Amino acid sequence: MNEMQFLTWVRGTGLNIAVSIFLLGVLWRLVEIYSLGRKKDLSAPRSVAGASGWNTMFRRSVPPKGMGMVKKSPVSYIGGYVFHIGLALIVFLFAPHIKLIESLTGLSWPGLPSQVIDLVSVITIGAMLVVLADRINKPVKRYLSTFEDWFTWLVTFLPVLTGWMAVQHLLLPYTTMLALHILSVELLLIVLPFTKLFHAFTLWGSRYYNGAVNGHKGVAV
Amino acid sequence: MQGPLIDTLARRGVTRRTFFKYCATLASLMALPPSAGRAMAEAMAAAPAASRRPSVIWLPFQECTGCTESITRSHSPSIEGLIFDAVSLDYHETLMAAAGHQAEEALHHAMKENEGKYLLIIDGSVPLGMDGAYSCIAGRTNLEALKEAAKGAAAIVAMGSCAAFGGIPKAKPNPTGAVAVSDIIKDKPIINIPGCPPIPVVITGVLAHFLTFGSLPEMDKLGRPKAFYGETIHDRCYRRPFYDQGKFAKSFDDEGARRGWCLFELGCKGPVTYNACATVKWNAGTSWPVESGHGCLGCSEPDFWDAGGFYKALSMPANPLKMVGTAAAVGAAAGVAVSFANRAKKSAAKTGHETTTLADLEK
Amino acid sequence: MSATLEKGIRVLKEVIDAPIASYFNSCVHCGLCAEACLFYTETGDPKYTPIHKLEPLRRVYEQEYTLLGRLAKAVGLAKPVTDAELHEWQELVYNSCTLCGRCSVVCPVGNDIVYMVRKLREGMSASGNAPDGIKGAVNRTVTIGSPMGVKLPAVKAQMKHVEDDYGIPIPLDAEGAEYMVMLSSMEIINFPEYLGAIAKIMHQAGKTWTLCSTAFEATNAGMQIGNSDLARLIVSRIVDGAERLKVKTVISPECGHAYTALRWEGANLIGRPFTFQVKHIIEVLGEFQKAGLLKTEGFETDRLTFHDPCQLARRGGVIQQQRDLMNQVSKNFVEMPDAGFINWCCGGGGGASAIEEGEELRLEAFKKKKSQLDAVKPDRLVTACANCRIVLEEGLEHYQMNIPVVGLTEMIAEHIPEKGA
Repeated sequence: MNEMQFLTWVRGTGLNIAVSIFLLGVLWRLVEIYSLGRKKDLSAPRSVAGASGWNTMFRRSVPPKGMGMVKKSPVSYIGGYVFHIGLALIVFLFAPHIKLIESLTGLSWPGLPSQVIDLVSVITIGAMLVVLADRINKPVKRYLSTFEDWFTWLVTFLPVLTGWMAVQHLLLPYTTMLALHILSVELLLIVLPFTKLFHAFTLWGSRYYNGAVNGHKGVAV
Repeated sequence: MQGPLIDTLARRGVTRRTFFKYCATLASLMALPPSAGRAMAEAMAAAPAASRRPSVIWLPFQECTGCTESITRSHSPSIEGLIFDAVSLDYHETLMAAAGHQAEEALHHAMKENEGKYLLIIDGSVPLGMDGAYSCIAGRTNLEALKEAAKGAAAIVAMGSCAAFGGIPKAKPNPTGAVAVSDIIKDKPIINIPGCPPIPVVITGVLAHFLTFGSLPEMDKLGRPKAFYGETIHDRCYRRPFYDQGKFAKSFDDEGARRGWCLFELGCKGPVTYNACATVKWNAGTSWPVESGHGCLGCSEPDFWDAGGFYKALSMPANPLKMVGTAAAVGAAAGVAVSFANRAKKSAAKTGHETTTLADLEK
Repeated sequence: MSATLEKGIRVLKEVIDAPIASYFNSCVHCGLCAEACLFYTETGDPKYTPIHKLEPLRRVYEQEYTLLGRLAKAVGLAKPVTDAELHEWQELVYNSCTLCGRCSVVCPVGNDIVYMVRKLREGMSASGNAPDGIKGAVNRTVTIGSPMGVKLPAVKAQMKHVEDDYGIPIPLDAEGAEYMVMLSSMEIINFPEYLGAIAKIMHQAGKTWTLCSTAFEATNAGMQIGNSDLARLIVSRIVDGAERLKVKTVISPECGHAYTALRWEGANLIGRPFTFQVKHIIEVLGEFQKAGLLKTEGFETDRLTFHDPCQLARRGGVIQQQRDLMNQVSKNFVEMPDAGFINWCCGGGGGASAIEEGEELRLEAFKKKKSQLDAVKPDRLVTACANCRIVLEEGLEHYQMNIPVVGLTEMIAEHIPEKGA
């Protein structure tokens, strides 16, 4: 198979398979998880402004007030924010990506100049490396980490790296690098619903439940 | 043609100075040092009597003659066409005067006389289907003809995307079983000059290199001369700043198109196409597809016909995502099935609940 | 002697729900929960990472309730949860977890880890893997009526004592009273001033109240061991008593988990909403204060600080009342760092203080509380949970810190003007 055929395959069949498995997996897992339901809380509730599932869903995106958590684990917070935001900027504000989303959903919006995305990519790659180093060095993270943690890091890192390398024309000719980039994204899509990467979907429910249970007691978490 | 090429050119009004300038340009286009330009000029200018000029045999297979048109159908007797005065073009079906048996004889005579030394140029793909019957000349299949001619060739030039990669005939479903020259011949140096058709000066440059140095220029992994196929269209495109700024034409002749914005969204394959169109351009530098308002088709790349569509941007899926709807339904169904199984399990656990008493706290 | 692994696993299957499934699938192993848990911060041992304490539950969830997990189990690729493992986990689920809930507050993906620990305890207890110390407490609560073995006669003796000292009658089984007051064994045995304080406060507020002869004990060891069947048994006594006496409100005393057990778990344990309200004594005092029914005179002059019991503040939603009450009787009330909602646990809640073999760990974890106190250097430490009091006293003694610990209700009552016998 030559490079152009490889590229056409990942843009065609490969994408078809990956997006299919992704949607299949997401729907299956969401139903599998949330259909377990939860019992109604029969205790008398307290009603306090700001204490509810919805509040927590969004409030939990920032560190809890006054607990000094960022100081205790700066890489978790700062590294985490940088690479998540970086990924979002790259995925949603780079012209070719917006074009892909448009072709799949019909929605589109203006993007950022490619040089800005280039800078964001470098920062994101840096942040991901720092986050990896932290997972290796910090006792708690190292203790908790399993093969899945390293694998999902790699599967998330490769798209950013290969995408950036393609644009920079590093290592392999553009056509091949672009094909590898798309392939790495397809790999990410396939494993996402079946690994901890699924937190992208479940964290909303988790925060909601947490906020609701505590909100029932009048405690804003 | 008689006498040194330089005299021929003089007779046609091309001065010595112009010729030297042309050779210098050619050399610099191929990133060769200035001395190479001089060497080219001297080698070609001196091109001796016809009988001692290098023999070139041009065999046409499943082709449209566009490659020949490209190099010969120039708007005025151009330098490109005159390369053929620097060689002895011993066989070219479109250009030669002979036909029929005479033509066949000329071919076999040239192959025998110049055995091991002639440059073999092929344009068109080689069909393998029906034992090669899809394309025959003088009762012989292209496949046979290729193998025979390749035996005595010093080097082979696969002219155009068809010879280089299989081209249009190879497009799905490839009814004739078309393949590239390099799929058949494995034991001779082959240089691919893809393009549909290739840019004239690229052909000339390669031939000039061969004439001057007796060897083929440096090639990339796909056997294309790096001098002309070393950079992508995208990297040399004058509209690149618009790509970087996110300014795209959304449809032909819309506001963006009229303002000369990037044609990425209209399917331009510039980013994955290696060729010299963006710098050298066509028709002696008049224009090229993007400048004329149409996205690059990627014609110098293998399988460009099956790359998802000329008007589909590279960022779009090459084919519609057919399985997705079914997959989503299957996923939801799987989830529902599991949820029923879960419900049953939980229910069974509840039913099987044995109330813990104090005694039950001990094993 | 009939606890089995099978029973334990079955119970876990019963309690696993969508929140738990969501939590396990959201965890990204960031380790931030460890930074919020005093058992990790004071020991540096990563095994105390809160989410790690739930490993057996996670595997049961995966192997029972996920398609891939079930398949893995069917082909023998899943690591089963064994009795030995649950036994090994006892230290993590009981000794080093007081259900304080700080972990649930910091988890960035929103996991409510304490919710899960509480449920894992169901399986631990049903499989016989709960610690002996808490088993003993449960035993005594169920058979005798209170974890410390206090029986009605002892209570009556205390009642008489208080009546004599304070000159205020202590009602018992008074039907139709507005408030039914409960006690915790700690108070009956160690801090009898509490009952007197209640009497004074109620008398001044002019409210009708009563003790209940069949439900004077608030402590719910069933909840601490994490067994809903036993917790239900214990809670039912209170519900029966409250309904029998037709009271409007049941007051949970200065005890943390008793409040959680009755106020939040109670209705769910018996399967129907209560027909009465449940309030913590601090809540009631707060209401009295706002209604002008709590008149005090004089102020404490020494430097005071307050330790918020986890189950009252962070887990119970009673955070401001204690501060308002402190300010009513103290001019020199200073907050320790991390006071209120984010306070650090005393280290002994959730049954931990009953676990003998966990004492060393508790004392090491106490360094966190010590650091909070070192920052404010109070003369005395006020709190509103009898168990916290004991644990704090033990810790302070261990670290040779001379800081007496007092209960808030008592302190308030001391400032109620004497009206004559």
